[in-house]
Amino acid sequence: MLDLWPSALVELTPDEWTAIWLSLKIATVATLASLPLGIFAAYLLARSQFPGKTLVNGLVHLPLVLPPVVTGFVLLLLLGRKGLIGAYLAEIGIVFSFRWTGAAVACAVMGFPLMVRAMRLSFESIDRRLELASETLGANRLWTFFMVTLPLSTPGVIVGSIMAFAKALGEFGATITFVSNIPGETRTISAAIYSYTQVPGGDENALRLTLVSVFIALFALVASEIIQWRAEKRLGSVE
Amino acid sequence: MIEVDVKLKIGAFSLDIAFSNKANVTALFGRSGSGKSVTLNIIAGLMKPDSGYVRLDGEPLVDVEAGVFVPVSRRRIGLVFQESNLFPHLTVKQNLLYGRWFAPRGARRIDFDAVVETLGIGQLLSRPPARLSGGEKQRVAIGRALLSCPRLLLFDEPLASLDMERKLEIMPLIERIRDEFKVPIVYVSHAVEEVVRLAPCVVIIESGRVKFIGDPAIVLSRLESAPAEDRFELSSVLTARVDRESNGYGLTALKHPAGTIWLAGPAGPVGNEVRVVVKATDVVLSLARPEEISSRSLLSGTVANIKLDGPLATVEIELSENNYLLSMITKGALEELSLKPGSPVYALFKSAALDERSLGVRKVEEMTAPPAKADAGAAQAAFKDA
Repeated sequence: MLDLWPSALVELTPDEWTAIWLSLKIATVATLASLPLGIFAAYLLARSQFPGKTLVNGLVHLPLVLPPVVTGFVLLLLLGRKGLIGAYLAEIGIVFSFRWTGAAVACAVMGFPLMVRAMRLSFESIDRRLELASETLGANRLWTFFMVTLPLSTPGVIVGSIMAFAKALGEFGATITFVSNIPGETRTISAAIYSYTQVPGGDENALRLTLVSVFIALFALVASEIIQWRAEKRLGSVE
Repeated sequence: MIEVDVKLKIGAFSLDIAFSNKANVTALFGRSGSGKSVTLNIIAGLMKPDSGYVRLDGEPLVDVEAGVFVPVSRRRIGLVFQESNLFPHLTVKQNLLYGRWFAPRGARRIDFDAVVETLGIGQLLSRPPARLSGGEKQRVAIGRALLSCPRLLLFDEPLASLDMERKLEIMPLIERIRDEFKVPIVYVSHAVEEVVRLAPCVVIIESGRVKFIGDPAIVLSRLESAPAEDRFELSSVLTARVDRESNGYGLTALKHPAGTIWLAGPAGPVGNEVRVVVKATDVVLSLARPEEISSRSLLSGTVANIKLDGPLATVEIELSENNYLLSMITKGALEELSLKPGSPVYALFKSAALDERSLGVRKVEEMTAPPAKADAGAAQAAFKDA
C-alpha cells in the first residue's frame, strides 16, 4: 500500500539522495562540457559551407533518431575499456566505462542534437549585417563572434543548454547500456526509479523520485524562462 | 586620394568601374541596380572583385593581380548603411566606442566628446538602441563609424529610409563631419540634392559602368550625362550667388549670369555661393519675355540639345558657359515654339518649387581655397570607357 502522506514523500533515503545528487552532477557536467563544442558545431552548421556538411549534420543528429540502446552500445564499442578509442584512453588513465564520467559522456551525446539545434536556429536568425558592421569597425571574425554573434544568440544558447540538461536528467537507455546501473556511481534518478520498479515494495521510493524528478524539471524550465526573458529584454526585443 | 579600377561579374550583371578622386567627398550616383552599392561593398571589402584594384592614398586595399586582399576588419573604413545596424545588446555609448577599441592606439585621433557634441547625441549615451528614433539611430551609426577613426568613410544611402525632416537634420551633420573631422568620404546616393550639397565630385554609374565624372553642377545638368530613373527625378543644378538677402517678402535674390533666381527663404549673407536644384518638370519655356506672370525666376539662354521621349521632350538650355538647365516639355509645345538647337529662349520656374532647405551653400570665406577637382586623367579614361 502506498503511503501518500507528505511526510513520507519528503523524507528521502540516503540512496535516493545519492541518485539525485548524481543525476544533477552528471547532467551539469554533461551540459557544461558539451557547451563549447555545441556552440562551435551550431555556428559551423549555421554559417559555413564546407564539403561533408551534410555528413556532419547527420552525425550530430544521429543520437536523436537512433534507439538510445544503440547509441549506448556504440559508445561502449568506442569508449569501453577495450573499445576502439577507450583502449588508448585507458593506457593514459582515462576510463569512462562504469564510471559516472561515462554517464556524463552518454548524456552529452544524447543531448547534443537538441543543444545544437536550438543554437543553430539562434545563429541563423542573427542579422548578418550586424556582424558585417562589426567587421567594418575593425573587429576580426573571432572578436565579432565573441562581441556580437554570441551575445546576440544568448537566448538560443540558454535554450539549447536547458534542453541538453533536461535530456541528460532523463537519459536512461544509452547510460544504462554504456555504464550500467551501479549505485553511487552511475545510478541516476531514472536508473533508480527503474530499479525500484523491479523490486517488490519499491513503488513508494519510485514515486518519491518521480516527484523529485518533476520538481527538478519544472524548476529548470522556469529558470530557463526567466533567464531567457531577461536576455531578450537586454537585447531590446521585449519592452 | 582614392583610386578604383575593378571588374566583377555577378550573374548577368557585370560591373566595370574606374575612377579616382582627390576631393574630400566622392559621390556615387545612379539609379538602383546600377552597381553603386556593389562598388561601395568592394571598397569596404565586403565583396571581392574579379580583377582590378582599390587604392587608398596609394596603398592597395585589394589588388587581384598582385594577390592583395586586406580583410574588412583591417581596412579601417567606416561604413554607414541605410539601416543603422546598431548592436542591440550594447548601449549607445558602447556602440560608439566599439570601433575605437579596435583602432590602433596611435590612430585614435578623433575625439569622443567632439563627435558626441557635433552629432548632438549626449542625451542618448546610456540608452539601448531599441529606444532611439530613426534619426537618432542614424546619428549614432554615423558617430560609431567616425569614432573608429577610419581612413575613409563610406555612406550607403544613409538618408534613404528617413523622412524629409530627419534628412534635413542629418545632412548638415555630414557636412560638418566632412569639414571638421577631415575624413574623406565616398557617398552613395540617388538623391540629387544630397549629392549637390555634399560632394564636389560625382561619379555617375549606369548599368555597371562609369558614365561621367565631374562637378555635380555640370554633370547632372547635362542631357547626355543626367541619369534619370523617371522624369520627376531629372534635375539641373544652378550655381548662383546671394545678391540681396531679402526683398521684404522673405525672398532672396540669387544672381546667376543668365538672370535672377528668387528663393523662398534665407540663403545666408550676400556673396554666398548657392547651388539650387531645379526639377526639369518645373521649368517653363517661353520665346518672348513674359509679362504679368506669377513665376519669379527668369533666365535667358539658347537651346543646346533636344531629346525626344514619347509625347515629351527634354530640352537642354545653355544659360552661360558651362551652365545648363534642363526643361521637360511636351512634343506639341516643342513644335509650336519651333525650338531647335540655337533658338533663344526664356526659362521660367516658380520659387515655390525650389527647396531652399536642402541648398548646397558655400560660405564666402571658403571660396578662397581652390575647389577640389576630380582627377582629370581618370575622368577622361572613364569617358572613353563609356
